[in-house]
Amino acid sequence: MFKDITIGQYIAGKSVVHKLDARLKLILTFLFIIILFVVTKPSSYFFLTLATILVILMTKIPLGYYLKGLKPMLFIIIFTVFINLFLTPGDVVWQLNVFGLTAKITLQGIKMGLIILLRLTLLVCGTSILTLTTSPIMLTDAIEAVLSPLKVIKVPAHEIAMMMSIAIRFIPTIAEEADKIIKAQKARGADFESGNIIMRAKAMIPLLVPLFVSAFRRADELATAMDSRCYHGGANRTRMKQMKLCKTDYMAIIYCGAFIVLVAIIGYIL
Amino acid sequence: MIKIEHLNYIYQPGMPYEMQALKDINLEIPDKDFVAVIGHTGSGKSTLIQHLNGLIKPTSGKIYINDIEITDSKTNMKEIRQKVGLVFQYPENQLFEETVYKDIAFGPKNMGISDEEIEIRVKEAIHAVNLSEEVLEKSPFELSGGQKRRVAIAGVISMHPEILILDEPTAGLDPSGRDRLLELLTNLHENTKMTIILVSHSMEDVARVAKNIIVMNNGSVYAHEPVAKVFERGAELEKIGLAVPQVTMLINRLIEKGAKLPRDIYTVGYATKIISDIMKGNSDV
Ligand SMILES: Nc1ncnc2c1ncn2[C@@H]1O[C@H](COP(=O)(O)OP(=O)(O)O)[C@@H](O)[C@H]1O
Ligand SMILES: [Mg+2]
Repeated sequence: MFKDITIGQYIAGKSVVHKLDARLKLILTFLFIIILFVVTKPSSYFFLTLATILVILMTKIPLGYYLKGLKPMLFIIIFTVFINLFLTPGDVVWQLNVFGLTAKITLQGIKMGLIILLRLTLLVCGTSILTLTTSPIMLTDAIEAVLSPLKVIKVPAHEIAMMMSIAIRFIPTIAEEADKIIKAQKARGADFESGNIIMRAKAMIPLLVPLFVSAFRRADELATAMDSRCYHGGANRTRMKQMKLCKTDYMAIIYCGAFIVLVAIIGYIL
Repeated sequence: MIKIEHLNYIYQPGMPYEMQALKDINLEIPDKDFVAVIGHTGSGKSTLIQHLNGLIKPTSGKIYINDIEITDSKTNMKEIRQKVGLVFQYPENQLFEETVYKDIAFGPKNMGISDEEIEIRVKEAIHAVNLSEEVLEKSPFELSGGQKRRVAIAGVISMHPEILILDEPTAGLDPSGRDRLLELLTNLHENTKMTIILVSHSMEDVARVAKNIIVMNNGSVYAHEPVAKVFERGAELEKIGLAVPQVTMLINRLIEKGAKLPRDIYTVGYATKIISDIMKGNSDV
């Protein structure tokens, strides 16, 4: 079950999207998320969906990876869609009376439900594009770069980025470890799947204790290894790979800028 | 008896990192056997043994334990896991209870065994792995590495499996720890008549304890023969990344040079005896 975690999974590739500057991708993703939540017109969503599909195709990463990212969110998405579908007031198009309660779907509800569905799906796909095409190291470098203006007000940008990159680096390791421990306990007759909530929570102990023990041990070893190589935080560190904007990046800025203006105008007119 | 028919296993089918770890495996392991599974790293040893208690479901093929088809979805897995005890690589990483006693009791408890019976089994298991009963009240986390591993093995022995599988149990132990563990396995096999399947990539270890050997190479069974037979094929084994024990290599060289020695020598003890016999014989002449 832990093998399904795709957060932070990076699929190496040579597509245009892969080659874009990580800082740019990060900022564009943020912009994309903001736009997703400010626009309300169906026509805007049409164009946003189109653009997302286009970029997904440009990444040349099999669609399966995007769907895999959506899977864990499925429940939340369906839940919110239903809430909106049934609880938005407006013109009733369908209703059902059971036990004196009325369930009704309104035209506005359908519209809202669809918008929410698109919003959340695009949100997941958009962020997946970022994480699938950007190696964790590039991503944290980008986060550091984007946060670094905040160093003036004493935000430890480098340390935050370092902590994130270590955390991301260890997700697959710990997932693998968890898988192994689950198997080992199953071999001793442990049952992780049946029983009520309390029994299941208790059944997690044989997994969680060894997992934490090994996570702490790893953390300790890593700290020692970093210390012994004289790591002392961000001050005066230089980089092996300098981040520089190149022609593709400028083109991307122009295209995306044009697209945003387009969506804004269309949203305004229609 | 364990019977494996046309077993195939593919990791992450359909994904770019798809990997066929097992290719058409056919095996029969009789009761009370002490068989070693050897092969280079990545040859599929761990994948194979995890099939034997149903932790991994085959992509295709069938597995029978005592004529029960465990690959059938209706089979009661708890029963199979009691019959087939599996000790993972670095088993000390699975310890979690406050005391050694509780940890060893975890398996039997999951099987629904009474507290009195559990106590008997825990004590018997701790003796089987050559630890004293004093250890039982300690926390598993305050033991040494070698002791932890013994406790973990005891945790599987206490389930009274008919078949005991150990995945590289000597990995990361110092020479004396390794010797003691191998001796423990030999005793266990002699006293309980359990079928033991020992996964290893060390020929020296295998030569000392096993009766039969299964050689794995790139996901296939390369050979399944008695120990002596396998070691006669020293040159072939080296080609697939395995070295015969050093003493066998030495004997093979001597034979090449014209010495009249049997080919089935693979422990230092036996080699010493044979060679000293011959030398005595020579001095008599
Ligand atoms: N969880 C996994 N996902 C994908 N591939 C795996 C996984 N576990 C093992 N493999 C691959 O399967 C092959 C066999 O591995 P394994 O059975 O662990 O070999 P061994 O125990 O002989 O070293 C290796 O090539 C390994 O990379
Ligand atoms: Mg292995």
